[in-house]
Amino acid sequence: MLLEFTDKGIYCPKADVYIDPWKPVRKALITHGHADHSRWGHQYYLSTVSAMPVIKYRLGNDINIETVTYGQIVTINGVHFSFHPAGHIIGSAQIRVEYNGEVWVVSGDYKVEDDGLSEAFEPVKCHTFITESTFGLPIYSWLPQQEIFSEINSWWKQNKEQGKVTVLSGYALGKAQRLIQGLDDSIGRIFTHGAVENVNEIIRGQGVNLKPTTRVTPEMNKGEFEGGIVIATPSARGSPWMKKFLPYSVGVASGWMRLRGARRRRSVDRGFSLSDHADWNGLNQAVEASQAERVFVTHGYTTTFSRWLNEKGIEAARIETQFEGELEEIGEGVEKDAKSEGKDTAS
Amino acid sequence: MKNFAELFTRLDQTTKTLVKVDALIQYFEKASSDDKLWTIALLSHKRPKRTVNVSFLKIWAAEFSNLPYWLFEESYHVAGDLAETIALILPERETHTDHSLTYWIKYIMSLEGLEEEVKKSRLREAWASLSSTERFVFNKLITGAFRMGVSQKLMVRALAKYTGIEENMLAHRLMGNWTPDTTTFEDLVLSADKGEDQSRPYPFYLAYALDDPYEIGSPDEWMAERKWDGIRGQVIVRKGQLYVWSRGEELVTDKYPEYEIFREQLPDGTVIDGEILPFKDGQPLPFSLLQTRIGRKNLTSNVLKKSPVVFKAYDLIEWQGEDIRNWAMDKRRRALEELVGSTSTGGILQLSDVVDFDTWEQLAEERERSREFYSEGIMLKRKDSVYQTGRKRGDWWKWKVDPLTVDAVMIYAMRGHGRRANLYTDYTFAVWDNDQLVPFTKAYSGLTDEEIREVDRFVKRNTIDRFGPVRSVTPELVFEIAFEGINKSTRHKSGIALRFPRIKRWRKDKNKDEANTLADLWQLLDVYG
Repeated sequence: MLLEFTDKGIYCPKADVYIDPWKPVRKALITHGHADHSRWGHQYYLSTVSAMPVIKYRLGNDINIETVTYGQIVTINGVHFSFHPAGHIIGSAQIRVEYNGEVWVVSGDYKVEDDGLSEAFEPVKCHTFITESTFGLPIYSWLPQQEIFSEINSWWKQNKEQGKVTVLSGYALGKAQRLIQGLDDSIGRIFTHGAVENVNEIIRGQGVNLKPTTRVTPEMNKGEFEGGIVIATPSARGSPWMKKFLPYSVGVASGWMRLRGARRRRSVDRGFSLSDHADWNGLNQAVEASQAERVFVTHGYTTTFSRWLNEKGIEAARIETQFEGELEEIGEGVEKDAKSEGKDTAS
Repeated sequence: MKNFAELFTRLDQTTKTLVKVDALIQYFEKASSDDKLWTIALLSHKRPKRTVNVSFLKIWAAEFSNLPYWLFEESYHVAGDLAETIALILPERETHTDHSLTYWIKYIMSLEGLEEEVKKSRLREAWASLSSTERFVFNKLITGAFRMGVSQKLMVRALAKYTGIEENMLAHRLMGNWTPDTTTFEDLVLSADKGEDQSRPYPFYLAYALDDPYEIGSPDEWMAERKWDGIRGQVIVRKGQLYVWSRGEELVTDKYPEYEIFREQLPDGTVIDGEILPFKDGQPLPFSLLQTRIGRKNLTSNVLKKSPVVFKAYDLIEWQGEDIRNWAMDKRRRALEELVGSTSTGGILQLSDVVDFDTWEQLAEERERSREFYSEGIMLKRKDSVYQTGRKRGDWWKWKVDPLTVDAVMIYAMRGHGRRANLYTDYTFAVWDNDQLVPFTKAYSGLTDEEIREVDRFVKRNTIDRFGPVRSVTPELVFEIAFEGINKSTRHKSGIALRFPRIKRWRKDKNKDEANTLADLWQLLDVYG
């Protein structure tokens, strides 16, 4: 096969490269900078230009990394590789692999809705499509993001009226910036957890015009946060760091919040179902647009989604990987032993 | 329906009592009288009768969503709530309507007796015109599992604020056998004349659990009784008629023909609070015997002979037609003693005896004897207290006997519902029978959220086999299971059945070989069964 599934990750034997491997390898092609896809210890990295700054920030400046623009073809031993927008976070890519006319696409993590920040998802035609299935059940269908943002903004406004600081959590990389862009900053100031602000600085450095934010520092006074919103990381929620915002109302933005049970289980006041992963319709749309004859399903509701595809006449099988999807966002990203290395905790 | 769905959302988004009360008041201000009445009914556990079979509901929802049935089931297992699953998977609505809550409830009621095909098309019409939240509420009305995170008490508080009528008075008005079809909001809530419904019971005063009697002061301020293990009830005799109410506000007069004699023996205008207790040959019987009677439509003479009941009188709350709940406890008690003494009911009406004690130590010894009487512990009532409404802290306490416990190994797990959906929270436990693990009970509650997540991860990593929603797991985790009673059972493989089993704690210090044995359980059965 053009690509194989090994205990180190997705492997192309012809070119001797891995895609998003979870164990150290010689050559790794990286779809995006989230810790479960972009790991330490590879000798050589290849990513998109816009994914590179964050990867370097997380893995260190001394890693050996080269970049390509979207659509640019890199040929290794006759195998053509190219990166195409996945719409997941800034710089995220699906990786197209072609050899002798046979095409595979590794989609990494993706969403089909354009968030206005990430390079919008582009379907890539292929014979074999490797897809995630984080939200591969029909109960997961996202509302248009404007609706979610107007809910978030009116919640913020209401908290302000009640004299409460608003605290909203999401991944430091990706979700946080998307939230910031969707906020109505005429309501108040936007504050950020250190881990979020570090990423913000990198992204602004790439020329992205993010809304103005203020880093929360230990010397800041309680009073400063009045009427404001704090964008926090999932791990900061419930930590002593939150104390200075009291009284506050706390929310979580994650696709898991689509279900009432999940909302009620988190000890938070509000849950907003905003995700950087495709919902059920998005997954089906992507599979269809790829025109693939064969699909491999990685992380998520793999069994269900592959059975569904099989019944629709698309040959599909589930693949064990160590990708996590969105689990860590709600503190449940621990079903696998291989914990991602300190994602969101760097501050 | 929009208003009601909005109310539901607001109640769902908060855990704070004050916010809930405010949301209810705002709803009452906007809603029509009919909608108000239905809301009060729903929050008082008065639901419209189920008119659609749940299996059909699932099949139709899958069909309208163009999904195979197995995928619907899979989604349902993850969401853990049928009404929600249906609301989420159905396609976007086709039309907009804005009918009232009452309209939709009547719509659901009108499905009664229709052909399945007609029901199906009615449901399709409804679903196609409701928003996602409205659909969810509509589905909840159909399935009858309506919980809004608001107790009746809280609803009454909001209604009191909205109407300006005192809370206790309102609680009393809302008791009894009414349905939205037999009354109006004005008659039920606003009308001062309560004489109309002569069957109407009083709200029960309920006790809080007590851990340590030293916290409540001097023993001489308190009266103690046994906490009988039956069904709390109210016996009412008015205008020559007898009414028996259970604590669940169910009229159960017909279920206890033994009490018929009260009609002659008790004067008009009498209401006694007490316990419906299985009792024979001067001895209380285990609660399980009463259970054999509860569900039956026909009370055969055999059933009546096997599990006869008496009424253990706790308190007198109406006397000579007068509401005497504001009399002091000891005054009510004297009146009760006099009344019971003046009747001859062949032992059917009994006084719940006072347990004498001078010190808490003496009472603690009496409490240790509770199981001899199939009693759950001791009730403590402040001598100068009035009879309050609902669960209130301070004057009445239940001091329960410590539960029985065994250490058991978890062998099966199932996903929970509602707040616990998509987490493995419902477990089956086993004890050793030689080298075999024999399942003997299920238990749900008792772990912290943190522990539940930990067990959930264990289940996902240690699954041996799957049977539908159930996973069998590597027998490894040991839990201490607490329960109130133990009985023989022919329905369970282990031959025993527990009363109120729950997880007391996770015994991380024990390995599976240290769990209890079936022989240990049989021994408990010998002593306490």
